[in-house]
Amino acid sequence: MAVTRDSMVKGFDKRPFFGALSGFDWLFAALVLAGAGYVLYRYGAVMDVYEIIILSGVAPAVIAQGWHWKAVRAMLLAVALLSLSAVWIYGASLDAAQTSFLLKFLISSQSAIMWMSVLFVMATVTYFGALFLRSDFAGHVASAFTWSAAAMGLTGMLVRWRESYLIHVDYGHIPVSNLYEVFVLFSVITALLYLYYEGRYQTRALGGFVLLIISAAVGFVLWYTFDRGASGIAPLVPALKSYWMKIHVPANFIGYGSFSIAAMVGVAYLLRERAGRMNPQGLFATRMPALDVLDDVMYKAITFGFGFFTVATVLGALWAAEAWGGYWSWDPKETWALIVLLNYAAWLHMRFSKGWRGRPMAWWAVAGLFVTLFAFLGVNMFLSGLHSYGSL
Amino acid sequence: MTTPARPRRTAGAILLEFLGSMNLAITLLVAVAFSSVIGTILKQNEPYQNYILEFGPFWFEVYKSLGLYDVYSAAWFLVIMTFLITSTSVCVYRNGPRMLRDMRAYREDTAERSLRAFHNKAEWSFAHTPDVLREVVMRHLLSYGYRLRVKQHDDHTVVAAMKGAANRLGYLGTHIGVVVVCVGALLDGNLPLKFAELTGKVRVETRQLPSTEVPAISRLSADTASFRGLVTIPEGATVNYVGLKLRDGILLQELPFQVKVADFRIEQYDNGQPKSFESDLVIYDGEGQVPQKQTISVNHPWFYKGYAIYIVSFSDGGSKLKLQAWPLAGAAPVQTLQGEVGKSLKLAGASGPRTIEFGDFRLYNVKPAPAGSGKQFQDIGPNFTFKLRDESGVALEYENYMQPQEHEGRWYLVSGVRDNPDAEFTYLRIPVDTAGGIGRFMRFRAALLDAQKVRMAVQKTVQEPMTAGLAPDPRMQQALTALLEKLLAQFNAGGFETVTEFVQQSLPQEQRAETARLYVEFLHQTLRELYDGAAAGEGGSITQADHSRFFDDAVNALGVLRDYGSPWFLQLADFQHIEAAVLQVTHAPGKSIVYTGFGLLIMGVFIMFYLPQRRVWALLRQEGGMTRVVFAGSTNRDSLGFAKDFAELHTGLEARLRAL
Repeated sequence: MAVTRDSMVKGFDKRPFFGALSGFDWLFAALVLAGAGYVLYRYGAVMDVYEIIILSGVAPAVIAQGWHWKAVRAMLLAVALLSLSAVWIYGASLDAAQTSFLLKFLISSQSAIMWMSVLFVMATVTYFGALFLRSDFAGHVASAFTWSAAAMGLTGMLVRWRESYLIHVDYGHIPVSNLYEVFVLFSVITALLYLYYEGRYQTRALGGFVLLIISAAVGFVLWYTFDRGASGIAPLVPALKSYWMKIHVPANFIGYGSFSIAAMVGVAYLLRERAGRMNPQGLFATRMPALDVLDDVMYKAITFGFGFFTVATVLGALWAAEAWGGYWSWDPKETWALIVLLNYAAWLHMRFSKGWRGRPMAWWAVAGLFVTLFAFLGVNMFLSGLHSYGSL
Repeated sequence: MTTPARPRRTAGAILLEFLGSMNLAITLLVAVAFSSVIGTILKQNEPYQNYILEFGPFWFEVYKSLGLYDVYSAAWFLVIMTFLITSTSVCVYRNGPRMLRDMRAYREDTAERSLRAFHNKAEWSFAHTPDVLREVVMRHLLSYGYRLRVKQHDDHTVVAAMKGAANRLGYLGTHIGVVVVCVGALLDGNLPLKFAELTGKVRVETRQLPSTEVPAISRLSADTASFRGLVTIPEGATVNYVGLKLRDGILLQELPFQVKVADFRIEQYDNGQPKSFESDLVIYDGEGQVPQKQTISVNHPWFYKGYAIYIVSFSDGGSKLKLQAWPLAGAAPVQTLQGEVGKSLKLAGASGPRTIEFGDFRLYNVKPAPAGSGKQFQDIGPNFTFKLRDESGVALEYENYMQPQEHEGRWYLVSGVRDNPDAEFTYLRIPVDTAGGIGRFMRFRAALLDAQKVRMAVQKTVQEPMTAGLAPDPRMQQALTALLEKLLAQFNAGGFETVTEFVQQSLPQEQRAETARLYVEFLHQTLRELYDGAAAGEGGSITQADHSRFFDDAVNALGVLRDYGSPWFLQLADFQHIEAAVLQVTHAPGKSIVYTGFGLLIMGVFIMFYLPQRRVWALLRQEGGMTRVVFAGSTNRDSLGFAKDFAELHTGLEARLRAL
């Protein structure tokens, strides 16, 4: 063909990508860039080169996320507003937490995380209510609860980050360093991942199932806070003082969150499938998404989780090569991460090559949750090793 | 991946098919997962003794022969891993070329029949010529980012389009990545060492020997391909080896250079938790080479010529301690001792010789600060620990603080004692005098052993008006003197506990309560006499209340000396703190291979999942005055997503074609 591609397409242009962006999109991007720019300007001197790289990567990633998934923009802006208010009210001392109404009851990290907990439990109940009462309105409310809970959780984490610096400048660190903090992270990430699928598949019927596991995490956070007093901010052990923590831990929890969603969708699939056989006109068979959609969500969640879990495990190996003296030591945590990966690799092979679908894969996804759970919690509870950062 | 059976296959082909089969691959994935679990549940590479205790001799042997104490280098585990690598490699070998061809194949010879069989398809008829329609179809598909091939057949035209051809690279990336990672890791594993051990070339040294005395059979030369060993180096010392811990012994791995720990520093948070530790290292690499210097800390190792040097931990490197040994049993002079952490010394005492084994020295001891001090934490100063072993081998462990410690508003020199490492320390608190030392206490204690001073104190007590009233005649006075001397002897032997025992043995039940009270009062008075004598002549103004409190504390301390169990109180007078850095030195030549594999793996995973291969065909055939268009598409991933996109694609195309 002598004609060029450009001339061929002329007049056939689809909507150009940038042209399709709204004013709000641009405003969002401008705010994110301004925020990142301000941080670099204000704190660049005390950040090491890796932290600058991470920040420079996070800003465009957040913008891309906001442009791709419009609903998240408003939430992120709300989180920014809330956490900046908290930072502003705190000023240079933690004492304000006792005197300021807003901090004490809403946006100090403890209060925000409590709000998150309450909202997640309310969302769980409301999602199931919406399912059983066949109420679309209740479904909307449940989504709103979930969004608010995620926003409060994220705010809580960001404010906690600031609070750690206010306790003592030496104590300052990103709040993903112990079991309490990562449970909050897990709840927020799982909720956001679910909300994405909810928007994409236009179904709220899965909400209750996914929120069940988040509620379980919230239950743990509450027990851990009130029974064990685990919500205190402690300084980092030397091994954790590294930029790797900022990327390794979140990547891991995207994996854990995705696998959890896959398992809960698996449960939904099994119930829906049973309902389809036993009672085709019943609530489940009519209100739940079609089986192929459930199967697809389950598959998407597992692939997404697999990708991020692979990245997280590799990042962990790279970090281990700097902190522990080798990229692989067959440490229990490393080994269980490998087991999780092998399990889902087998799952994916079954689907790709053998074409397995449906019930057995749903059961497998549910079983996968227990493997994942052991890697996440069981290793900390029952096994010892180098990765003893979140012991119970 | 299975392929349809072909007739008359060679044995090689059958083997190849078995190795590349999906069933084998999945079986191996699950097998590796299951066997990995063993190594996390059963602690690996412990001394054999621990396993014998845990499982008993029979099961110990069974597990040992299964290689469960070092699963990840057990022969059977390596066989599974080898199969996994082989299976994956065969899979790549068999499918790779096909996939690469597939990336370039647009399948423009596809038949109309097969297009109709697709799930995603549309069909229209138009009055235009195929050429006109073809132009629109091509421009439409290009605008959606497809790449095209057009083929003019005898009676029809095919526009074959493809997107995401690189998806196949995802398959190759993941599978080759896994193989590369495994190969690299194998290079860094300890297989050659296991082999050398098996053939008797190397033997684990199980005795505790200084590095220079380790025999040649337990030494590994500096050209070992890969290792990971530990060494503890005191400040100022230089070594050229690391120890490889293996089961119940070690191997000595020589290094091609010498490492010196010039300095070690530890920083702490305000709560005493270590914040960072770092060490200044110097490497001497052969004659005529300039020594290399670098500071390492946790997360910041030194990568030197393919070797990596990490700081793992720290310990005492033999701090020098200057001690005053105050006698607590019998009358003996104060001795000055020179101790060293990690060493021991022998000392003759009233109850036979003892060995002092110095365990540790700590410069900082951060404890929660008392309420109201305005601080959260405070450092209560240096301490050291030691074991005191008698001739029969029985040892008590002690923990002595250098500086006086405050307890309920008063100051003491504190020493903890325990008889086993799991127990809590119980503390002896010796009150400090106005000079801040334990001179007064020790004078008091010496007076108690001084027969003449004791006699005088007893005399004085007996002649006290109150006592005198109770014993008016000389015979009774004599009896009381004898009793008091006996009580003091009992007190010296074991404090109030022995006094109580004595009272219980010597007095009838009915008199016990009343008389015992008197005895204790007499004893107290005598002790106070002795104390006043010991405290007399001290300068400064000490209130009576101070004396009373000091006396009470001193009597309490004296009262528990028997349980304290040491013939001396070791007071730390001075020290020279010497720390040691625990370094890990590794050599992992396979690292860059492994990292390359990681890269391929991650790239592959994301390409495979998020860059689905999509194919679309438009077949245009002129029939009568009309042109029939068959439009169909297929994908290898995300069929639901493609169905949606295909709907958009074909409705858009239809609109454009109709608009012609």
